[in-house]
Amino acid sequence: MPETLVFGKPTALTEVPTHYCPGCTHGVIHRLVAEVLDELDLTRRTVGIAPVGCSVLAYNYFATDFHEASHGRAPAVATGIKRARPDLIVFSYQGDGDLASIGLSEVLHCANRGEKVTVIFVNNAIYGMTGGQMAPTTMPGQVATTCPLGRDVEQAGYPIRIAELISTLRTPAFVARASVHSPLHAVHAKEMIRRAFRCQKEGRCFSLVEVLSTCPTNWGIPPAESLAWLEQHMLPYYPLGVFKTPEGPDRAPRPLAGGA
Amino acid sequence: MAKKLMKGAEAMGEAAIQAGCRLFFGYPITPQNEIPEYMSARLPQVGGTFVQAESEVAASNMIYGAAGAGERVLTSSSSPGISLMMEGLSYIAGSELPVVVINIMRAGPGLGGILPAQGDYFQATKGGGHGDYRCLVLAPWSVQEAADLVQDAFDLADYYRNPVLILGDGLIGQMMEPVEFKADRRPCRPLTPKTWASTGWKGDRPRAIINSLFLDPEALERHNQKLAAKYAAMERDEVRLAEVGTDGEYEVLVVAYGTVARVVYTALDDLQQAGVRAAMVRPISLFPFPYEAVRRAAEKAKAVLVAELSTGQMIEDVRLAVGGRVPVHFIGRQGGMLLTPEDIAARVKELAAGEGSHA
Repeated sequence: MPETLVFGKPTALTEVPTHYCPGCTHGVIHRLVAEVLDELDLTRRTVGIAPVGCSVLAYNYFATDFHEASHGRAPAVATGIKRARPDLIVFSYQGDGDLASIGLSEVLHCANRGEKVTVIFVNNAIYGMTGGQMAPTTMPGQVATTCPLGRDVEQAGYPIRIAELISTLRTPAFVARASVHSPLHAVHAKEMIRRAFRCQKEGRCFSLVEVLSTCPTNWGIPPAESLAWLEQHMLPYYPLGVFKTPEGPDRAPRPLAGGA
Repeated sequence: MAKKLMKGAEAMGEAAIQAGCRLFFGYPITPQNEIPEYMSARLPQVGGTFVQAESEVAASNMIYGAAGAGERVLTSSSSPGISLMMEGLSYIAGSELPVVVINIMRAGPGLGGILPAQGDYFQATKGGGHGDYRCLVLAPWSVQEAADLVQDAFDLADYYRNPVLILGDGLIGQMMEPVEFKADRRPCRPLTPKTWASTGWKGDRPRAIINSLFLDPEALERHNQKLAAKYAAMERDEVRLAEVGTDGEYEVLVVAYGTVARVVYTALDDLQQAGVRAAMVRPISLFPFPYEAVRRAAEKAKAVLVAELSTGQMIEDVRLAVGGRVPVHFIGRQGGMLLTPEDIAARVKELAAGEGSHA
């Protein structure tokens, strides 16, 4: 019987081992993005943009041309690349400190101008690379190195829901939130990422997929328990689903089939 | 092409288009709004793209993206906005990307005022943003020269893969003068294809990674030294200046750049009629600074006078050039106030007569 290869590495990923911590879900999300780029036949005309944060070295892991952006500015860099070369597929890959804090203006205006780019927003509710400081997405009561007694909403306000925020804009866009804490959810996340890139491929609109992610190292929770922590604490506050499609102002999230 | 009467700001915008620039990203700020306004109307006529950014910070990162993708790109701003662009400029210099940035300087610090000044000399010529880098800096004194320098700036940016700053002031931006764009203009440097640009990786070249991050200190040091060698090449090959009267005999050498040099030029005429011998060196490139020409011209004088619309910034480079051999004096106005030919002539007369050596 001849052997048939049924599962391999996407061509959009390099052979370089990642620097991510054990149990971190960045690796899963990288793979989902890479699979989508391959399946939509986009890899060879894609330019990615790495943020400042844990995925600062993403250019080592994606086998595409890449820009390294300054902190939070990836959507502005994406705007520059896409306006210069509309034939390219341009995506930014950003964490919550990068996108929801220092880069909030850039992502909001990029979306509002309707730039035909894709933003992969990885929300793990903490600053990873700098060592576990409070993020705009840190949960109420969640301990971080700059809120050692837990996030106090009287002082720091409530976590920002980016997918909801972006979906209030009038400009057509595809905006969704997904998670990768279980295989089923990862399949759904890939479908959201696919729809996002398809919107760009067809030249339709801005697209953003917020992906809930774990940070066992800085949460101080073992990897398997981190997945449960995400489900228990983040999912109720960050509902999954499609928040906006280019067809209309669909603001009610559609829950993931089978319950989320 | 025939001469056309144009505002400086519009001439600079048109010059960028003549140089093949089809992308402009910028944010409104007085006194340079005529540049983005001109580009927003003109670029669509030539198949180009104008984007009004949400901030100067964003604009500086948009030009980073566009330049990395291999296209000629322009932004313009004025002093407070240029400060915000320093983030992008540092990354652009570190990533070795060609961009052209026009700074129509206004008075500072802080919000300052909206009238002309030259208070951004240090920021422009000594790096400006964080890290160890330099921008090529060109300072026009007329609308025609502004148009010419903007076109050259694109060639120099591409040639060196480095940001080039056009340092003007509100006078250059606002005044109208005849300007001519030559139809047969050739690049001022030999240009090669941008094989380093991020245009999609098809396996036929190394992957393009537009980046200024080097976590390995030895690699970063090598990168710093590579940049330093590039800046040294600029210092060797890109010095530009104009001289007035330095081939004759004179007692006072005046050093001024940009529109202030226009005022000095008028003063020199008046002084000549009054029988006072003076000459001028006008740096056109501020980085690289024409140290050698200033040193040579200063040696023939008994005093040097630096005229600036600041409390004295370029004077530090003039002192470096002169090396203590001749006293260096200063005359300046600030806050948007201007120097007059009479101010300059009076000071030159004092110095020629051996007075006023307290500076």
